[in-house]
Amino acid sequence: MAESTTRRAAIVGGNRIPFARSGTAYAQASNQDMLTATLDGLVARFGLQGESVGEVVAGAVLKHARDFNLTREAVLGSKLAPTTPAYDVQQACGTGLEAAVLVANKIALGQIEAGIAGGVDTTSDAPLAVGDDLRRTLISLNSAKTVQDRLRALARIRPGMLAPEIPRNAEPRTGLAMGDHAAITAAEWGIGREEQDELAARSHQRMAAAYDRGFFDDLVTPFLGLARDNNLRPDSSVEKLAKLQPVFGTGEGATMTAGNSTPLTDGASAVLLASDEWARAKGLPVLAHLVDAQTAAVDYVHGGEGLLMAPVYAVPVLLARNGLTLQDFDFYEIHEAFASTVLATMKAWEDEAFCKGKLGLDAPLGAIDRARLNVNGSSLAAGHPFAATGGRIVASLAKMLHEAGPGKRGLISICAAGGQGVVAILES
Amino acid sequence: MADWYTTFANSGLGTTITKQLGLPRPAELRRHEPGQPLLPGPVVVGSAGAGRLRDTVTAVLRDAGVTVQSPVTADGATDGEKPAAVVLDATGLTGPGDLAGAHDFLAPAIKRLRASGRVLVLADPPAEATSPAQAAARQAVDGLVRSIGKELLDGSTANALFVPEGAEASLAGPLRFFLSGRSAYVDGQLLTVTAADVPENPDEVAPLAGKVAVVTGAARGIGAAIAQVLARDGAHVVAVDVPAAGDKLAEVANGIGGTALQLDITAADAPQRLVEHLRERHGGVDVVVHNAGITRDKLLVNMDATRWNTVMAVNLQAQLDITQALLDADGLLRDGARVVCVSSQSGIAGNRGQTNYAASKAGVIGMVRAWAPGFAARGATINAVAPGFIVTEMTATMPFGTREIGSRINSLQQGGLPVDVAETIAWLSQPAAAGVNGQTVRVCGQSMLGA
Ligand SMILES: NC(=O)c1ccc[n+]([C@@H]2O[C@H](COP(=O)([O-])OP(=O)(O)OC[C@H]3O[C@@H](n4cnc5c(N)ncnc54)[C@H](O)[C@@H]3O)[C@@H](O)[C@H]2O)c1
Repeated sequence: MAESTTRRAAIVGGNRIPFARSGTAYAQASNQDMLTATLDGLVARFGLQGESVGEVVAGAVLKHARDFNLTREAVLGSKLAPTTPAYDVQQACGTGLEAAVLVANKIALGQIEAGIAGGVDTTSDAPLAVGDDLRRTLISLNSAKTVQDRLRALARIRPGMLAPEIPRNAEPRTGLAMGDHAAITAAEWGIGREEQDELAARSHQRMAAAYDRGFFDDLVTPFLGLARDNNLRPDSSVEKLAKLQPVFGTGEGATMTAGNSTPLTDGASAVLLASDEWARAKGLPVLAHLVDAQTAAVDYVHGGEGLLMAPVYAVPVLLARNGLTLQDFDFYEIHEAFASTVLATMKAWEDEAFCKGKLGLDAPLGAIDRARLNVNGSSLAAGHPFAATGGRIVASLAKMLHEAGPGKRGLISICAAGGQGVVAILES
Repeated sequence: MADWYTTFANSGLGTTITKQLGLPRPAELRRHEPGQPLLPGPVVVGSAGAGRLRDTVTAVLRDAGVTVQSPVTADGATDGEKPAAVVLDATGLTGPGDLAGAHDFLAPAIKRLRASGRVLVLADPPAEATSPAQAAARQAVDGLVRSIGKELLDGSTANALFVPEGAEASLAGPLRFFLSGRSAYVDGQLLTVTAADVPENPDEVAPLAGKVAVVTGAARGIGAAIAQVLARDGAHVVAVDVPAAGDKLAEVANGIGGTALQLDITAADAPQRLVEHLRERHGGVDVVVHNAGITRDKLLVNMDATRWNTVMAVNLQAQLDITQALLDADGLLRDGARVVCVSSQSGIAGNRGQTNYAASKAGVIGMVRAWAPGFAARGATINAVAPGFIVTEMTATMPFGTREIGSRINSLQQGGLPVDVAETIAWLSQPAAAGVNGQTVRVCGQSMLGA
């Protein structure tokens, strides 16, 4: 019998490749290429060549059928020992953080000593699907035994069936793009254009400053000629962003532009987690511990809640379980899917009626200190390769907490398609 | 791997063509391979003067499994195989008259020397002579060795070691180096050893076993070769380069079981970050190789401040700042530490269009000389290595003519390879090299520039 006590998993460090806007630097790279390169960068940073870590957990939101064993294939192509087990997970934009939680939980239970959590996505090399009619026809063609059967199956193909289905960033149950959903929420919460642009500009400026002072030197490894995220605009300003036309929402209330929404992005990230003992034995640092995590989902189809509002529900549960208030944190990492999502999330936590009515709390969670929010920039600056965002945030936040000294606390909040949210607490 | 011309000149057709046209005929050099014997044949050992080192030399050679031959006799008789090396013990010269013995011994021995052979002369340092006649005889070794270097064919080299009274224990390491394939492109050099407590190498196959080494500029070129050779010799290598070169750096680190540290060595907090990294990950450091370097060429009259300043910052100031930070970090630089700083032939000979670069590289030579006594006090050493024409990506971008001439104007008639510089640095990093301190070793095939 294993010991029944649990321990906190340590975050040792991370690696990601610079994120690239869709169809640019990584247009020819596959998910497997990017994840493998990311693992190799992590291996080089921590001297893990030939090492068999307990488990590698990663995933991609947009995946080719041939990538059924994506993470294991990436491990086999990497410098890790081929005896390292791996599995894929997928929880939309929550994939990366959820992978870290899964690895951390196994470490906490003593089932593994170390593991790597990651995520990768490409919208450049996205899988194309054929329509259901053509797919059924092709399957029956494949199982046809005689030439006549085959010809019969082939004869059923109609020109209309030949148009491929290109994956869209849209919700299957509503047919609405994620941005359209976010625009509804923005309107509901009265999120203005200017505050969104301010948040976006700050994200760019802060991330550029972080690059300049070398903050990402041990978090990023160049890939295919790119050394920094190519979505990053160090000279971004509210004035420049104000010139852009809205792309989501309608009429007067349309406030969401390409500047305050994340673009489609390619990239990958990975985080090394371990027990304190494993890290110590290897002479590796413990930047922070993953304290706890929570997921939540909302009924955005019929329940009248916004698609990206699930983290708003997950956080109070997590706070209550850990005896913390929303103000007990030194850093907040709220994933910037859209500037308006971050702003609506915070507004909801400040809203008495919402907190009482929807979250079932006695009082609102209250405001957070904006100076502690996304201090080194977030997805609006870096871009958002869906499954890779969680790893980017976990590694960066762990480093920030480590730099701030022991006993510092950080909150991560990530919204995901399907009305889901993953949130977590890290502590140095 | 030899350069294209060397390969061509040694091919069947190439041999005919180069001979008929009187073109240079560079030899393929004997280079070190782990596990190979120190020398592929016997060594002839002789002396001129009193010769106090012959026993030490013979013992080191026997230890390395090398057959020691007696000098060739006047009638040409020898005791067997052609020698792979000739060692002359010229310690104890009293005046120019004693040099006749050098001629008597060397001439018949060198005549029988094999390809990629080694000539090594051991002498007392001229500066410590007690009479002008003695100083003259000792200094004469300088001209003798450099001339032999220029006369030797087929990839053979000639070097000298000045061994002061009391520094006999420092001899073994340098002796092995100069005879081995590790010194393939070191030619015409005169090196002075000093008395020191010289530890034995733990193992001649992995002399750096258990050591932690830092190499800056390790993503490519000479730095990548240094990282590879140090790792081959047993060290764990922390490979450092600018963040923008991180992907190549990771490849180098992953190829040698080392670690990658992305760091611009000119950043204000770079010394501190390196210190913290080494303390946290390794608890200390044994070998530091300052290899990162850049050129920003322009004639002095046309040079802007940026060109001047960036070259100084990378090539000289960063070496000073990082070394100082390591010295200041209590206990971080381990006892017996080795610091090797990459200088350049330009720092010795000067070079048109390279005032900034040559100044920075000459500064490195002054720096190691000044730091040497302080390092010796902690059982450590600091030395410089000055590469000559080394075939890298950097030189590949030079115009064909400049490149071809640059690579031929040396006694070995070919450019060196990054591994040649790396081997010299790896040797200086060994425990057994404790008696080499404050020196600048040129790896230049006895270049005609600045010699
Ligand atoms: N190639 C030659 O013939 C030759 C001759 C004499 C001396 N050298 C010296 O040898 C050394 C290596 O030369 P090479 O030919 O391999 O050059 P290279 O340009 O191929 O490699 C130099 C490496 O140093 C790195 N570097 C530059 N600035 C840095 C910084 N601020 N921080 C960290 N890393 C930095 C570069 O990114 C590069 O990877 C240099 O010091 C050079 O001056 C070379």
